[in-house]
Amino acid sequence: MVEFTVWQILWNLLLAARWTVALSLIAFAGGGIVGLALLAARLRRWPGVAMAVATYVQVFQGTPLLIQLFLAYFGLGLFGINVSAWVAASVALTLYASAYLTEIWRGCVDAIPRGQWEAADSLALSFGEKLRHVVAPQALRIAVAPTVGFLVQVIKGTALASIIGFIELTKTGTMITNATFRPFTVYACVALMYFALCWPISAVSKRLERKMRRDR
Amino acid sequence: MTADSTFSIVDIRQLRKRYGTNEVLKGVDLDVKRGEVIAIIGKSGSGKSTLLRCINGLEEFQEGTLHVDGQPLKHGDAKAMRELRQHVGMIFQGFNLFPHLSVGRNVMLAPTLVKKANAADMAATARKLLARVGLAEKFDAWPDQLSGGQQQRVAIARALAMQPSVMLCDEITSALDPELVGEVLKVVEGLAEEGMTLLMVTHEMNFARKVSDRVVFMHAGRIHEIGPPAQIFNSPQTPELQQFLATLH
Repeated sequence: MVEFTVWQILWNLLLAARWTVALSLIAFAGGGIVGLALLAARLRRWPGVAMAVATYVQVFQGTPLLIQLFLAYFGLGLFGINVSAWVAASVALTLYASAYLTEIWRGCVDAIPRGQWEAADSLALSFGEKLRHVVAPQALRIAVAPTVGFLVQVIKGTALASIIGFIELTKTGTMITNATFRPFTVYACVALMYFALCWPISAVSKRLERKMRRDR
Repeated sequence: MTADSTFSIVDIRQLRKRYGTNEVLKGVDLDVKRGEVIAIIGKSGSGKSTLLRCINGLEEFQEGTLHVDGQPLKHGDAKAMRELRQHVGMIFQGFNLFPHLSVGRNVMLAPTLVKKANAADMAATARKLLARVGLAEKFDAWPDQLSGGQQQRVAIARALAMQPSVMLCDEITSALDPELVGEVLKVVEGLAEEGMTLLMVTHEMNFARKVSDRVVFMHAGRIHEIGPPAQIFNSPQTPELQQFLATLH
């Protein structure tokens, strides 16, 4: 048994939290880009796209993230592709986040009254101009709260990546516990770290929402 | 009517529109001359709004042809639609101003994007247009700070900013409080006097009688009767129109 002080535990967790943050950022950026592309394809009303995207969303919303991580990690290996925990976790979380984000954002776009589209149409705006100047600014305002809410989910969801051997906050917590046999202290510190990551984001979101309401 | 009134600016031939098996326009022919003011009346469900919305492609039709200013309306051809829509302005029952843009920016948006108008020039034009609808001082106001009548007048200025050859008005006073109807109709009347080609779906029969050159009575997806207001209102030919006019009193 190794003797760790609480400060040492916290310090090591803090170092590990960098990987939680990095993975969250990858998931969110990747998920955001893929989700946006899926949304644009859906709004274009290309034939078959709506069905395909809906199926995609259903698959990722209807299966546990843990299983998606397993499939990415072990599944790609079946095809002879050797993936690291990094790649597998990034891919799985990106796909997972994209499915949720595209659905969240579609809801926000749907909330824009049809008359706004029609007014933009009759003013001869192109599809891109309509999205950029009429729909997106209005959808963005309603999207802030659910998007940030989901970002917080993703941060907590990265904990599951520890199962496939990705060393982040939770995995590090487990490793320290194995060395110190002080699970309660260690996991309490882990929980505190997650809270310290998520709470400011929620607070910023609330402020952002208020600000947007004021600024229109 | 202007001198070149022989040239038809909106030309509709045998227009048919279906929702599934439900045919809402059953072969409509209509020829509108430049500068003409057309009032479209009829019961709800008679197809009058649908007809109007076909003219700028908000509704697709299955059969027939529609030309605006000599250009055929082609669904699915984004470039042709964009070109055609620059000739056709539309004002809606629900105003449909962009709530995230100031009044001035509402008016400036489309010309700066579509016609690549210079922003400074366009701001000056927008101020002129707002002055024309009696809202010169509202350039920096937000749509939700305005009354319904004011919002509708901004919508008119916004449509005019694209310098359309035809203006479509879809029950533009139906969502307004009675005391605000007059200010909007006055602006529309001004447009008519200046020679703007107008097609308006309306329930304001007195206004239709006063301003329009021809009145179209729609019934069951067809143009049932058409003629000058005096004829339509004073000596309706068909029992359907007689009955429709009787229900208004």
